[in-house]
Amino acid sequence: MCLGIPGEVVEVLSDRPDLAMVDVSGVRRAINIGLLTEDPPKAGEWVLVHVGFALSKIDEAEARSALEFLESLGQAYADELAALRESRIE
Amino acid sequence: MRFVDEYRDADKARALAARIAALCEPGRQYRFMEVCGGHTHTIYKHGLEDYLPETVTLVHGPGCPVCVIPMGRVDDAVHIARQSEVILTSFGDMMRVPGGEGSFFDAKANGADIRMVYSPLDALKLARQHPDRHVVFMAIGFETTAPSTAMTVLRAAAEGITNFSVFCNHVTIIPAIKAILDSPDLRLDGFLGPGHVSTVIGARPYEFIAAEYGKPLVVAGFEPLDLLQSIYLLLKQLSEGRAEVENQYRRVVPWDGNPVALRAVAEVMELRPYFEWRGLGFISHSALRVRDTYAAFDAERRFTVPGVRVADPKSCQCGEVLKGVLKPWECKVFGTACTPETPIGTCMVSPEGACAAYYNFGRFTRSRVKEATAR
Ligand code: SF4
Repeated sequence: MCLGIPGEVVEVLSDRPDLAMVDVSGVRRAINIGLLTEDPPKAGEWVLVHVGFALSKIDEAEARSALEFLESLGQAYADELAALRESRIE
Repeated sequence: MRFVDEYRDADKARALAARIAALCEPGRQYRFMEVCGGHTHTIYKHGLEDYLPETVTLVHGPGCPVCVIPMGRVDDAVHIARQSEVILTSFGDMMRVPGGEGSFFDAKANGADIRMVYSPLDALKLARQHPDRHVVFMAIGFETTAPSTAMTVLRAAAEGITNFSVFCNHVTIIPAIKAILDSPDLRLDGFLGPGHVSTVIGARPYEFIAAEYGKPLVVAGFEPLDLLQSIYLLLKQLSEGRAEVENQYRRVVPWDGNPVALRAVAEVMELRPYFEWRGLGFISHSALRVRDTYAAFDAERRFTVPGVRVADPKSCQCGEVLKGVLKPWECKVFGTACTPETPIGTCMVSPEGACAAYYNFGRFTRSRVKEATAR
């Protein structure tokens, strides 16, 4: 819960500028980007996601190494992804 | 040394280890606290301690949000969940945390409607779908999750939703660090500052640790190399007689944090005069509650909670573990009566808890167990 998980912004929803479709390890879900209004992420950019909210923008290299690290954690990351898979925020 | 073989940047790690060793003054003992449970996880998972000189000890801190929730608050939440109209929602991490009268899982088995959610926004969605029920979100966590709760309350208010509230248990990291600095039974030489908490609060709030307590703090990333690099930076400061706040995780953590997130939290929440932390006792101004303006979204005002203080089980030594006074394996019930399947204390529940991390990955540090049992 405390560890942010990196995701790639696929699309910012035009009717809901506070939501973006984000791809996290192949799981594509709506994520709230309302905490990044000072520098809103665009499609193709990477964000760190915490409990449904993007908390910061990161570059792709950081995203890749963070993902590799999370994957090395095994179960803890699998649980987080499983939880994300159930999420349907709007 | 297993970690070195497994890790892709083995050469860099080896070089850092050598530089760390070179900075240690002969005969001097160094004790650094990693505040964040995510760091604890990395340290055990990669066996980082085996990789440091014997004179450098890493002390685990209180930065595991699930671990610090006192039993009484779990019981209060279960009490709310037992109201027939209520659906209690919670992060999965919280489900197995034992209260005085059992965990959320136990309460669910006994008929309470308790559901796991990934995000507070999922809880809000549940409220929209069930206008005849009242959905309570069990809000826990440090500054990494408080903005999400705040944003969800703001959204609920904007939509005029009346059947949603939060049971607010958000805690703040700075007062906990201060309590540890003021605690007489602990001598520390410096801190590894939390990574993702700092994306919200920035590095600036740690400055008093250097200025008033004369201890260095390095905000650190989560990977093994980040932690080694940060330990190196701490030792470098000590060897040069400096005590400063440094930011090793600059690629993610801005010095001033995330101002939008801080504003959202300040809009919806205010500091409580005091809050009980499991194992650490009452710490003043260390937690958040919902402001009067948003009283309609405050479960504590909508439902009367028993608010009973429940003492931790006698055998449980989580307090000592959370303060870094004891190592997990020094707790008498570690791995015997207390395991991740049947946790007695909270540190065994969350993957960020020191006991769970050690239990799962302890194979890397067997040498240390031998050391401890020989004592
Ligand atoms: S082993 Fe269990 S009871 Fe002992 S400190 Fe760890 S979590 Fe607490």
